[in-house]
Amino acid sequence: MMNYRAVRLGLWGAIAVLVAFLVYTYFYAGQSRRPDPVQLGSPFTLTDQNGAPITEAALTGHPSALFFGFTHCPEVCPTTLFEMAGWLDQLGDEGKDLRVFFITVDPERDTPEVMKNYTSGFTSRITGITGKPEDVTKLVKSWRIYAKKVPTDDGSYTMDHTASVMLLDRDGKLKSTIDYKESPDVALKKLRLLIAG
Amino acid sequence: MKNILSAAAMALLLAQMPPAAFAHDHSAMTGAEPAAAEGHEMGDTKAGELTIGNAFARATLPGAKVGGAYVTIANTGSEADRLLGGSTAVASHVEVHEMKMDGNIMQMRKLKEGLAIPAGETVQLAPGGLHLMLMGLKQPLKEGEMLPVTLEFEKSGKVELEFMVGPANGAGMEHK
Repeated sequence: MMNYRAVRLGLWGAIAVLVAFLVYTYFYAGQSRRPDPVQLGSPFTLTDQNGAPITEAALTGHPSALFFGFTHCPEVCPTTLFEMAGWLDQLGDEGKDLRVFFITVDPERDTPEVMKNYTSGFTSRITGITGKPEDVTKLVKSWRIYAKKVPTDDGSYTMDHTASVMLLDRDGKLKSTIDYKESPDVALKKLRLLIAG
Repeated sequence: MKNILSAAAMALLLAQMPPAAFAHDHSAMTGAEPAAAEGHEMGDTKAGELTIGNAFARATLPGAKVGGAYVTIANTGSEADRLLGGSTAVASHVEVHEMKMDGNIMQMRKLKEGLAIPAGETVQLAPGGLHLMLMGLKQPLKEGEMLPVTLEFEKSGKVELEFMVGPANGAGMEHK
């Protein structure tokens, strides 16, 4: 009788251990199979084109479009900023909450004055952001934007950089991107989705 | 996933687009397209075996220190030539550059050896690819103005040209 009970208890114990193991592996495996949500962006304190401080708070409460570039850029940056100005025009009232930021990858040359001068050539709706080089680099890296100084023969330099526009939802989280030379229709669709979301 | 989606979106778009609309984009990237030929209608400059036309520049934005200029060069001779660079009064120097995309990363490089203009071929500098980079601009390039630039070729020597300053966004300039 005592033996019987001991065996039964032992078996129940073994089952309990097995169940615990299965539960553990199930959740553990489940977790490792699910990729971590990509953490992009980081808190920042930089300077806007009017010389005022700007922080990550500027990226929440409304949809945003971020573009990283520099003013000594003859091709991609003006083209993209012109396209963005065009999208804002086309969205009209629909896009009135959307805020567009042009963040320099070349803070040494792009002072707030240079940025303001430059963005005003496109539309008043684009806000330029610059700041201390180390702070700008931190923000640029936190968005996984590639930016690299390439020396030129005259002792100056140009910048290789990621040319995609990042679209952020109202919580400041990345929702999608618009690639360089993406067709205007696709770009507008993505923006409308962003605004609707 | 994203690629599949954007490929599907592109396919849809291409299906809807009139052929003319999409010939537009590609003319910027290729050399001897009809768009290049249109440039020969007027304003071409001859220099030896070279016919140079379709010279235009992008208007620059306030405070911009660099500008892009473009030109189409046809080599009707039997010997290759090479565009080395140029000069203009409004910039400290003029270089031949190539912009290209490596994935989503924009890269810009000076062509150190210059740009080859092979015999019997037409080479087009256009927005989104090859361009003359005007560096150290002393004044903004204003839309509608003419910009005198001297190009320098390895064999054909110096060639003076007038570049028409077009809109700053470069849009629609490929066909002019």
